[in-house]
Amino acid sequence: MTALDTLAIAVEDSATMLGRELKHTLRLFKLLFVGAILVPVVMLLLFNYILGGAIGHGLGGAAQGAPYIDFLVPGILMMTVAAGSAATAINVCTDMTGGIVDRFRTMAVSRGALLAGHVGVSVLRALVTTTVVTGVALLLGFRPKASAWDWLGVVGIVVAFSFALAWLSAALGMVAKSAAGANGLTLPIQFLLPFLSSTFVPASTMPAGVRWFAEHQPFNPVVESMRALLTGAPVGDTAYLALAWCGAIALAGYLWARAAFSRGTR
Amino acid sequence: MNALTKHATRTAVSVSGLRKSYGKKVVLDGVDLSIGEGEVFALLGPNGAGKSTTVRILSTLIHADAGTASVMGRDLRREAGKVRAMIGVTGQFSALDTLLTGEENLLLMGRLRHLPATQRRARTAQLLERFDLVDAAKQTSATYSGGMKRRLDIAMTLMGRPRLIFLDEPTTGLDPRGRHTMWQVIRDLGAEGVTILLTTQYLEEADQLADRIAVLDRGHIVAEGTPEELKRRMPGAHIRLRFADAASLDAAARALRDGTPDEDELELRVPNEGGIRSLRDVVARLGDDVAVEDLSIHTPDLDDVFFALTGNPSKQQVQ
Repeated sequence: MTALDTLAIAVEDSATMLGRELKHTLRLFKLLFVGAILVPVVMLLLFNYILGGAIGHGLGGAAQGAPYIDFLVPGILMMTVAAGSAATAINVCTDMTGGIVDRFRTMAVSRGALLAGHVGVSVLRALVTTTVVTGVALLLGFRPKASAWDWLGVVGIVVAFSFALAWLSAALGMVAKSAAGANGLTLPIQFLLPFLSSTFVPASTMPAGVRWFAEHQPFNPVVESMRALLTGAPVGDTAYLALAWCGAIALAGYLWARAAFSRGTR
Repeated sequence: MNALTKHATRTAVSVSGLRKSYGKKVVLDGVDLSIGEGEVFALLGPNGAGKSTTVRILSTLIHADAGTASVMGRDLRREAGKVRAMIGVTGQFSALDTLLTGEENLLLMGRLRHLPATQRRARTAQLLERFDLVDAAKQTSATYSGGMKRRLDIAMTLMGRPRLIFLDEPTTGLDPRGRHTMWQVIRDLGAEGVTILLTTQYLEEADQLADRIAVLDRGHIVAEGTPEELKRRMPGAHIRLRFADAASLDAAARALRDGTPDEDELELRVPNEGGIRSLRDVVARLGDDVAVEDLSIHTPDLDDVFFALTGNPSKQQVQ
């Protein structure tokens, strides 16, 4: 068998697994989407209406004269991507703790196909959930100033960030003992990192220690790139930093997940 | 003892010196096996004997610590991919996608076996029919009963037409009807010429299904042979005669000198070499004058086998 045949089979198997995971997603529709859409929407409502008045006032120059919702939504969209981590980790864990993965392992199936299917569908889910949340934001008065090229960049960041988080969540799902445990492991990604970044307020307003963390963690450049694109501000080097983080997280998650997958064969 | 059966022209599984430990616990301590193509081979042993570990190694799920193993002439370690293309595995725990329907599970297997679409659909329909799953084909497999799940599991294993099938305790957890259905499935596969390695805790099951049996005890093969050969080595088989009074028991004990009387239970245990002939001989030697209240035939079970072969009852190994 040539390398090309091997590659063709790997692509075919990954497509098969992607189709399988897509069916799972449609069958668990409510479970997967309600969590990944509802939480960001509640956050959006909470921060825009309840806390937004005070925060918007305090923001002053940081919002560059725009309403708080325009500052908030780019961060909420990244939080939406992060909320998808739970579904990925839970689904991977469910596969790994069930008997089906042993069946796949005893078949001549490309080793990476199962994970590739999970990651591929995670990205698709993120595109759907962020679109829905963007729709809700528009109804609530969000007014993006992005050009067509900017929108392309927005989609690119959603894809890159969800791809990176999907590999990391897949690894977390591998090492978790149960679905509940898998969900728990993604909580820092879903909540801690968004809050300790400039998602809701600029990092520059935080106390020194937290501020240092917020400014150097991956969420920050991702959120700021999104914000720049959606508010029509110059993006600058932040986008490169964001993409570098996405690449690093994806690579680390991929290597970790792959190691965890083959650890099962001892 | 050359116990290769009539079918065996080529070797399907060849194992020598297989070892596996988890930490300090030795699970397999030098296992040798040779299974001919077309044979139904049973690995018999209690919990913890190493049956599942053997199957997991031979089906490429885990690596052995030492020893060599080949399946259909392919080395397990170096040619795992080629081995996987030829085998099918059904374990103790169902390996289904419970979110998919029975039909979708089969189609998924067809895709992963890289069958063309027309073959995939034809074979799916065929297997649903064969395993009596047509009515349940469109239901998610989470709703299936234990027996249905096991049947779907086997059907999924057969999707790729494997030449060698591993069945790890295929009837554990099934009700008597489910067990008999599964026995028939295994017999049919054997008749089709598929090589089968099955593991079981039940001597009766191995006896019913297998051409050859290997008895596994604490990581060692302690006996190997056809069911007949093994049963001959068991002293456990006997005829049990019960009497109404001590006088009858005495009379019977005089007539059957090889028997062991039990005065309290008014019973006489006579060794039984097996078969009608042995039974007829015992009855003939008793004569017409001794009144027998009850007669029962005791066949050896796994406990007897283990006691005979290892001197330990099997229950000691149960953890």
